[in-house]
Amino acid sequence: MVVDDEPGIRSGVSRILKNYTINYPFLEDDISFNVVEAATGEEAIEIIQRKPPAIVLLDNKLPGIQGIDVLQFISAHEPNILVMMITSYASLELAVKATNIGAHDFVPKPFTPQELRSSIENITKHYFLRQMTRKLHREGKQVRFEFLTMLSHELKAPLNAIEGYLRMMQEKQLGESLDDYQEIIDRSLSRIQSMRNLIMDLLDLTRVESGKRERDLQDIDLTLVARLVVETMMPMAIQRDVTLTLESDEPVVVKADADDMEILLNNLISNAIKYNVEGGWVKCKFSKTPTYATCSVSDSGVGISADDIPKLFHEFTRIKNPLSRNVSGSGLGLSIVKKIADQYGAEIKVESTLGKGSTFTLQFPVSAENPA
Amino acid sequence: MPTPAKKTILIVDDDVDYLYQLKFQVEKMGFETVTAESQHEAETLLNTIKPDLAILDLMMESEDSGFILSYKLKRKYPDVPIIIATAVSAETGMTFGINTEEERKWIKADLYLEKGIRPDQLHREIVKLLKL
Repeated sequence: MVVDDEPGIRSGVSRILKNYTINYPFLEDDISFNVVEAATGEEAIEIIQRKPPAIVLLDNKLPGIQGIDVLQFISAHEPNILVMMITSYASLELAVKATNIGAHDFVPKPFTPQELRSSIENITKHYFLRQMTRKLHREGKQVRFEFLTMLSHELKAPLNAIEGYLRMMQEKQLGESLDDYQEIIDRSLSRIQSMRNLIMDLLDLTRVESGKRERDLQDIDLTLVARLVVETMMPMAIQRDVTLTLESDEPVVVKADADDMEILLNNLISNAIKYNVEGGWVKCKFSKTPTYATCSVSDSGVGISADDIPKLFHEFTRIKNPLSRNVSGSGLGLSIVKKIADQYGAEIKVESTLGKGSTFTLQFPVSAENPA
Repeated sequence: MPTPAKKTILIVDDDVDYLYQLKFQVEKMGFETVTAESQHEAETLLNTIKPDLAILDLMMESEDSGFILSYKLKRKYPDVPIIIATAVSAETGMTFGINTEEERKWIKADLYLEKGIRPDQLHREIVKLLKL
């Protein structure tokens, strides 16, 4: 909006900005301008109240209320509007006052079309950067807040449970003999274990998320990493009566950090064992083509409904159904998997049938010279 | 003097340990209990029984399961007092409370209690709500 009592200035500004566009490398679309004219401060305020513009070019000397009054109104009611003062003569006092109230810039009158354009370009850049910063800030804060809320909930629940059990013991509520407390001792230990797992997962997540960490990229045979993970997981599989097998005919080499790959496979294979049925199976398979290295982990487990699949990779999502209710998990495993996969440009596919089982497939691009 | 029929208290919480402990405490106070581990399970239960009071966890399947359950329970049995047991305010710094008439209108609970409340306090609140 241009606010000036001289019609020549108003139409001049309109004309100069009519076909003027600005583009910034960080914005997809070019920015063009739509000029609204106001001859008095009163008229300007009315327009602002109706439909606030992004930028106001404001003359100070106006017939009724002064430009500085309009500026005051803007700072009080529409602080998002950026104001550029048009000053006919250099008045230091006015400039200081206007800056204090929140004017962004000054353009001396008379100005050449080029002067106006360059001022407008500056102020526009400021406008969009500020908007983007605010948006990022808002989203970041929101995500962080949700994460912390969920995290403290997940960390406090086991503490509350254990505290409750300890109080029952302290007050000997179940009887005099230690045997009476065996069940709640077991429950307490199991809650402590799941809390430990959560903390381990959190460390993994922090490690994956922190950009500072140097990843040690080397040619790694995924089947070797898988063999290690399978060995570690075997006791858990035997305990749950799940047959765990690894199928690989040839080395499947990707350029990656060994720790990352171990975390990936660990999460996928341990999920497949945990969310399984007695007498079930887990198969870990590898294959490769000239462009892709593929790893898939299939299970005969509880499965995931189509509705729940999109939620899988969110932090602290634990899909609850009667079949999975006794499984303990941090709710972070798959979000860690997703983050690592993203860093390597790998695609994750999930196929699942409720009650039958699931297959998680990871596809690494191998042609890329420099993964991630 | 004939003893009045035992009052039944519905307890809903997705944390099996918390459920076990609360059930234990409430039964020790001399009440009958029925328990459910989810909003859904509780709704099914409510088709066949009408408890004298309900203690609901706030966050179950989703962040507002407790609210939804509380709302549905009140619609079905407007006279059943509801306690929402929550750890949320301590975790987030958000404070919940039902003080104004407007809050009471859409948060259909009679009382909010922090999880970790002492059994004797809980007992007092239950007695008050049941008007015993």
